[in-house]
Amino acid sequence: MNRFSLHETTLQPEQLRKELQNPGCGGYAAFEGWVRDFNDGRTVLRLEYESFAPLAVREGERILAEARERFGVERTRCAHRVGPLAVGELAVWVGVSAAHRGEAFDACRYIIDEVKHRVPIWKKEYYQDGDSGWVNCERCAGAALQAHEPDLHHDHARGSG
Amino acid sequence: MSAPQLYGLVLTGGRSRRMQRDKAGLEYAGKSQLARAMELLSPLVARCFVSVRHDQIHDPQRAAYDTITDIKPNLGPIGGIHAALRSYPDHAWLILACDLPFLDRTTLQHLIAHRASTRIATAYRSSFDAQPEPLCAIFEPRSLPIIEQSLAQAQQCPRALLSRSDVELLELPNARALDNINTGEEYAAAIAALGAASVDAPPPAPTPSSMPVSPATLRRLRVRYFAVLREQAGRSTEELETQASTPRELYEELRRRRGLTLSPEFLRVAVNDEFGDWRSLLADGDTVVFLPPVAGG
Repeated sequence: MNRFSLHETTLQPEQLRKELQNPGCGGYAAFEGWVRDFNDGRTVLRLEYESFAPLAVREGERILAEARERFGVERTRCAHRVGPLAVGELAVWVGVSAAHRGEAFDACRYIIDEVKHRVPIWKKEYYQDGDSGWVNCERCAGAALQAHEPDLHHDHARGSG
Repeated sequence: MSAPQLYGLVLTGGRSRRMQRDKAGLEYAGKSQLARAMELLSPLVARCFVSVRHDQIHDPQRAAYDTITDIKPNLGPIGGIHAALRSYPDHAWLILACDLPFLDRTTLQHLIAHRASTRIATAYRSSFDAQPEPLCAIFEPRSLPIIEQSLAQAQQCPRALLSRSDVELLELPNARALDNINTGEEYAAAIAALGAASVDAPPPAPTPSSMPVSPATLRRLRVRYFAVLREQAGRSTEELETQASTPRELYEELRRRRGLTLSPEFLRVAVNDEFGDWRSLLADGDTVVFLPPVAGG
């Protein structure tokens, strides 16, 4: 079972966790990503996530299947918020159950890293100074080509997981 | 520690779905692409081979050269690379696709001169989307386990593999050198650019199912915009009739018309809800999405 889902309302970790329970599993690892009040030296008041839903779910489920295959874990689950979020809110939840703890931790880490780099979800931050901006996009204008950083190549330029 | 000796492998590809013909036989200046690639590469490497599938072993065009047969079928280019590394695991391999009509000797010499044999591979950064170009690249022996691991996970995209590996990335001395040929239109454009088409071997007429759409043909396309592009375009979606035949051409058109500031090298493209190729041929009724850099999590 590998399910990736997008939600417009508050995520329910207790519910999500239940989906992973399995008698053959002795280990469970989860990761929660929260909305932080600062980024890149600026104070963040709130943010908005936007997704290209059909492809986001498809790519998300591919990542979960890869994690299962690669680490031999039993069940994987990821839920991501879309829409407006306040500081402190739960933005993304990843959970993995496995026979043993090691692979559960590894798969959990793999999933969140890949989700951040591959799934078509975008984040707009609203700052205290009244400004706002799309994360990873503001320096992608044609004129700024020479200044780009390698990690802005969101699709492929990532570590091996 | 000396670098492993360099062999060459020319990938002749499978049947070209978009050209509906064997790409290896396409001619420029009276030479087949395969003959041209072998002529360019052979003098620069210790030995040079042609990659073949099982069903191509007896193809006379390919059998004229030393060949390496795919070990695992139906994997595309990575199957050829894998077979070469498995066949001669102590050698590094300069992998070269045969459908690169603009490729020149300088590009190959520059690649070899800047080879980083302590890394997994040495490759050029695409002048189009800044990703590594796997089909004119040097794969070191140490890339074999990574390729095998990738195949075990059913990941067959050599670009994706290079993107996440320790690769020496070089800038192209000639930005167009690796432009490739996938459609009849691109072939015609390359012939025109090279100014020396073979007179006695024009490409046969394409079958109706693959009839290249002439540049004047209008396609009706739907475009969806997200995030920063949605804000710049001032809309979430639009339908348009366009002469653009590929996502790449479509983006250039929309970039001008809608004042989009993002350079395409930062974007990915999706066609009909799946990741797509910038150079693929669009069909009437397709929905295209240009994906800005993502930032989930």
